[in-house]
Amino acid sequence: MAELPKTPLLDELEKGPWPSFVTEIKEAAKHKASSRDLLGLLERSYRERLGHWKHGGIVGVLGYGGGVIGRYTDLPQDFPAISHFHTMRINQPPGWFYTSKALRQICDIWEEHGSGLTNMHGSTGDIILLGTTTPELEPTFQALCAVGFDLGGSGSDMRTPSSCVGPARCEWACYDTLGLAHDLTITFQDELHRPMFPYKFKFKCSGCPNDCVAAVARADMSIIGTWRDDIKVDHAKVKEYADKGLDIERTVIRNCPGKCMEWDGATLAIDNSACRKCMHCINVMPKALRPGDDRGATILIGSKAPIVEGALLSSVLIPFWKPEPPYEDLKDLVRTIWDLWAEEGKNRERVGEFIQRVGLGNFLSAIGLDPEAEMVAHPRENPYIFYAVGDKE
Amino acid sequence: MTEATQRVTDIGPPHHEKMMPPVIQKNYGKWVSHEILKPGVMVHEAESGDKLYTVRAGSPRLVSIWKLRKFADLADKYCGGHLRFTSRHNAEFLLTDPAGIDPLIADLKAIGHPVGGIGAAITSIVHTQGWVHCHSAATDASGIVKAVMDAIDPYFTGTKKIPGKLRIALACCLNMCGAVHCSDIAILGIHRRPPRTDVGAVGKLCEIPNVVASCPTAAIRPAQKDGASTVEVIEEQCMYCANCYTVCPAMPLNDPVNDGVSIWVGGKVSNARSEPTFSKLAVPYIPNNPPRWPEVVDCVVKLVELWAANARPYERMGEWINRITWPKFFRMAELPFSKEHIDDFKHAGLTFKRSAQLVH
Repeated sequence: MAELPKTPLLDELEKGPWPSFVTEIKEAAKHKASSRDLLGLLERSYRERLGHWKHGGIVGVLGYGGGVIGRYTDLPQDFPAISHFHTMRINQPPGWFYTSKALRQICDIWEEHGSGLTNMHGSTGDIILLGTTTPELEPTFQALCAVGFDLGGSGSDMRTPSSCVGPARCEWACYDTLGLAHDLTITFQDELHRPMFPYKFKFKCSGCPNDCVAAVARADMSIIGTWRDDIKVDHAKVKEYADKGLDIERTVIRNCPGKCMEWDGATLAIDNSACRKCMHCINVMPKALRPGDDRGATILIGSKAPIVEGALLSSVLIPFWKPEPPYEDLKDLVRTIWDLWAEEGKNRERVGEFIQRVGLGNFLSAIGLDPEAEMVAHPRENPYIFYAVGDKE
Repeated sequence: MTEATQRVTDIGPPHHEKMMPPVIQKNYGKWVSHEILKPGVMVHEAESGDKLYTVRAGSPRLVSIWKLRKFADLADKYCGGHLRFTSRHNAEFLLTDPAGIDPLIADLKAIGHPVGGIGAAITSIVHTQGWVHCHSAATDASGIVKAVMDAIDPYFTGTKKIPGKLRIALACCLNMCGAVHCSDIAILGIHRRPPRTDVGAVGKLCEIPNVVASCPTAAIRPAQKDGASTVEVIEEQCMYCANCYTVCPAMPLNDPVNDGVSIWVGGKVSNARSEPTFSKLAVPYIPNNPPRWPEVVDCVVKLVELWAANARPYERMGEWINRITWPKFFRMAELPFSKEHIDDFKHAGLTFKRSAQLVH
């Protein structure tokens, strides 16, 4: 095996307590010519303060339009082993759970077919297999399918849904986030693998308003667990927290956004009719407080990063939804939204931007949902109200 | 005649049940409470009385299969062959026997992975590909993350205490694959010069109407050059978003001198106490300074320390700043306030201060 390239700049990033990605690339470079060239290319980028990857090309596996990101270096003469260095996105198991056997199977496949480098995981949630050549794409894909894995999304398709750890390990999960993410993924395999939308569409499933997968900020449809009845209180445990030194008045009561709690030094009183389901009191006293039993989810729509028309947070579409497999009510709603957006949306217009352009009221009419006060932070302030011509007497 | 081969497609991911340890299968949806036992270690208790211990290890996100096999070995040794990863790239080992916790932590340390990041702590930085693998990166991702995490590692491992959670994220351009826009501290790669249009190539490589439509400020218009169709850019209207480059490779913005990093603060996604909110601009530009971006690291460390010294328990960066007000934050952080800090895109007017409630 050839010697590793000299990397005086990158070597600086092997110092310090945090695990180093450079060490990982060097490990792969001992085994793989592509990772060796990646190391050399990255050192060059560090020296020149410039990336050396070309715009992606259209590459993929037979019959799919997504799941592979074409990647080519602009210095193929210097780094021939990464003249193609495509990314494969592999749909993670919901909640990112693995058996050691499954993890080793992925490793073995990637040792045979690719660079040996991964991201565990990419931002959307997929396993990222970082770097292989065009001829290896289909064999890698078939090897992965043989052990039960499939590609994730890319381009203008439904992106790989993701979920928090949910009921697998969290007492706050208000619905089965893993079950819903898996069900949506399986139901919409065609939409995941074959781009047919104006732009990407992401689902994220968070089990409670703490929103551990950042659904409200980065999913076109954000499904965030919540509850409708009373917070469950174990008063003896509340007292235990107080006895152990927790300043309930200062830490819990004053931080309550609904101002719905009182603490007289002995008993915690909650006016549940004013509770906003923010989770703060439950976060502070997890042994004493729990979400209620009438659990479900709030469905929000439209969040995205800045490109093109500015960043958006998701906004409320369904204030309270009872998730029950096979979730046909949600899937019907999703199909209705996709049909409208596919028909009326502009190229590279996310559904959130589409709603901004046509107006939430018009969007609701088009998908057949009634407006509800929960959908807005406050009613309109401006008096320029549109009425359809047919409404006028 | 070629024989048709049977291809397997559209199977989707493995069902999570196949990947979960028996203790989780048994207690799925039946967890009652949890407790953080020490930095990076927590226990969940189920209705059945079963206990599940979680050990969280930091990771650089970019990991080789040789490291993943070591993780698999540790999962076999301590966790019956099961492990998981978190939404912020940490590896989590799930134990039923608490006797394994300390030996596991020692084994993780031996392969270079610290344990921590649970509760009131700084956990791993969500980030993007940067120069490792992206064509549109205005900065590297993994290098800055490594340098910043080296500096704030004590907040991950719990040797330094902080008032609450603090989430850092990095995106190497405005595409924000990492969706950093709702982070306590966001490190964002930015361009500062308009695209260098390859006038001759645009017509050959790109759909001109798409290129024109891609510009959110209508700074791109169709043009003719030597009888060929191309585009021209009204440079003073360009805000360097690079959306044109995304649709057309003949319009690169990458620039070794003018690209760099901006710092944003005060965003959050959780609903706890205050509503989810975007991060706001703190530092418009810091030049790229590889390999360790010391100016960026210093800035992040200073912001973390300032917040840690002044915030109340559970108060996130943005909640603290909202309480003390933004002008006071700029004074305390000794950050200059400039024209760049004032929004001039859509809804900019909503960000103007529209009252006389000021802290003098």
